[in-house]
Amino acid sequence: MNSEKIFKYLLVGSGILMVLIALGIVATLFVGSIPSFKEFGFGFLFSTEWDPTEGRETYGALPFIIGTLLTSILALIITFPFAFSISLFLGEYFKNGALPSFLRSVVDLLAGIPSVVYGLWGFYALKPLVAELGLNAQGFGIFTSSVILAIMIIPYASSLGAEVISMVPGSLKEAAYSLGATRFEVVKNVIVPNAGSGIFAGYILALGRAIGETMAVTMLIGNSNNMPSGIFDLGNTMASLIANQFGEAEGLKYTSLIEIGLILFVITGIVNYIGKLIMKKLSA
Amino acid sequence: MNISTEISDRKMKQRLLKDKIFTNVMIFLAFLSGVPLFLILYQLAIKGYRQLNIGFFFEEAPDTMEAMVAVANNEIIPGGIANGIVGTLIIVGLASLIAIPLGIICGTYLAENAGGKFAGLVRFIVDMLQGVPSIVLGVIGYIWIVKPVTNGFSALAGSVALSIMMLPSIVRSTEETLKMIPGTLKEAALSLGVPYHKVILKVILPTGISGILTGVILGISRIAGETAPLMLTALGSTVVNTNITEPSSAVPLLVWEFYNDPNLVNMIWSASLFLLLLILGLNLSAKAIAKKWKVQY
Repeated sequence: MNSEKIFKYLLVGSGILMVLIALGIVATLFVGSIPSFKEFGFGFLFSTEWDPTEGRETYGALPFIIGTLLTSILALIITFPFAFSISLFLGEYFKNGALPSFLRSVVDLLAGIPSVVYGLWGFYALKPLVAELGLNAQGFGIFTSSVILAIMIIPYASSLGAEVISMVPGSLKEAAYSLGATRFEVVKNVIVPNAGSGIFAGYILALGRAIGETMAVTMLIGNSNNMPSGIFDLGNTMASLIANQFGEAEGLKYTSLIEIGLILFVITGIVNYIGKLIMKKLSA
Repeated sequence: MNISTEISDRKMKQRLLKDKIFTNVMIFLAFLSGVPLFLILYQLAIKGYRQLNIGFFFEEAPDTMEAMVAVANNEIIPGGIANGIVGTLIIVGLASLIAIPLGIICGTYLAENAGGKFAGLVRFIVDMLQGVPSIVLGVIGYIWIVKPVTNGFSALAGSVALSIMMLPSIVRSTEETLKMIPGTLKEAALSLGVPYHKVILKVILPTGISGILTGVILGISRIAGETAPLMLTALGSTVVNTNITEPSSAVPLLVWEFYNDPNLVNMIWSASLFLLLLILGLNLSAKAIAKKWKVQY
């Protein structure tokens, strides 16, 4: 076999390896959750009980699924006005110059801050603030985690939006201007309808990020295993639950945590897939 | 002036006012979003600089008793984060060793077979891998390496989890960069009788090196600050450990440990400051490389 052939096999082999890694991840999670699935069946998804007490062990994922969706969707709502402003600022109002390039760098760097550092800052700066406002006794909870998550996902939510907004054809905008539209009216009637689905895709991908975030949430959400009663209540997310309990887990708890990981994997997979699908439609 | 022009005049003013308010609110919100970065940097710098001395980089993390005594005497906590720095270097280094070659080869494959069916599948899978939550990769590292291979928490398990995490960014940046290189370059080399693999290795990859390097650095900066997967794999260690089959510490793990130990609270800020500066530095250098050696044709 000559080096030419080896090289080509190497290229294809790397692709095959990628597929194997992905299949391996899926298979591992599946096999790991079989004992838990055998014990609880689909009821696992709807049970609100998470009780590790020996003898009457029972595990259910619902509080954590709800907690995850609640924190990440709330984060997305909070991040929206900020991310949309950044997208407009960079994509339409100020495309070139020192100020936008400064803002662009700052937003990029926000994406670089480690999750655990966000958590620290949330704990020492944000949590006391939330408590002082009287939103919640100690400042822990779903709302506090959502605010931190909102800051963390700003870069992801805004960058795609800026890109699609800058691609809105100039002729459309000029046509509106020539009819006497103000800039706000151009944004409202031309840019948003044109770039809307791209902006939306960016938010969906940001949602995927928020769903999988672990450390910052663990440090702020209060880690309660009960069903959250509202957005100011304590709660827990799937990722944070795994981080907290996986270390000492054995037996039924261990496999239940793997099943939680599988659910988390599937949910982020679906969310990301929807985001990519919208993006694909755009570029087609 | 009759009534109708007066009304339309008022309407016009309203529209202009709306426009002005919208613009100002937008600019305000856009810049407000950047404020947390500076607040975080400020807080870390103010609270962390006291602990930053030579020993901070060369000594192991103090135990909680030493720290308690030092705090009681109003002294700087002795010790540093050497075990974390060495651990991060080893774990991230090993992860890079796995992910960089594989990522570049796979990215080359995708760029060379842009329209292929299997390449499409691989591209889809790489996209999906990018979205896998880091904690899930921690679980995978635990099941794949901690249990069967090293029989306990280990730096190796952490590296495997992190390598899967950094792969997608290397693959995609390699692919995007190579796609921008014009086909004429490759054709010129091929027409001179250069074998295909040499064209890729000696012409195409060197031409795209800056884009690939940017992706590699961004990949490293993405994993260097990861805590969650390491909690499930490398676990942490109080001493410097260079054996990859043993539990190891890492800077983000130390931040987590300091956070959980009331006596070590003062150490959080300096360790976080170090971690943050390291990652922001990596990010900025990736940007600088991308800007300076941009592939242009």
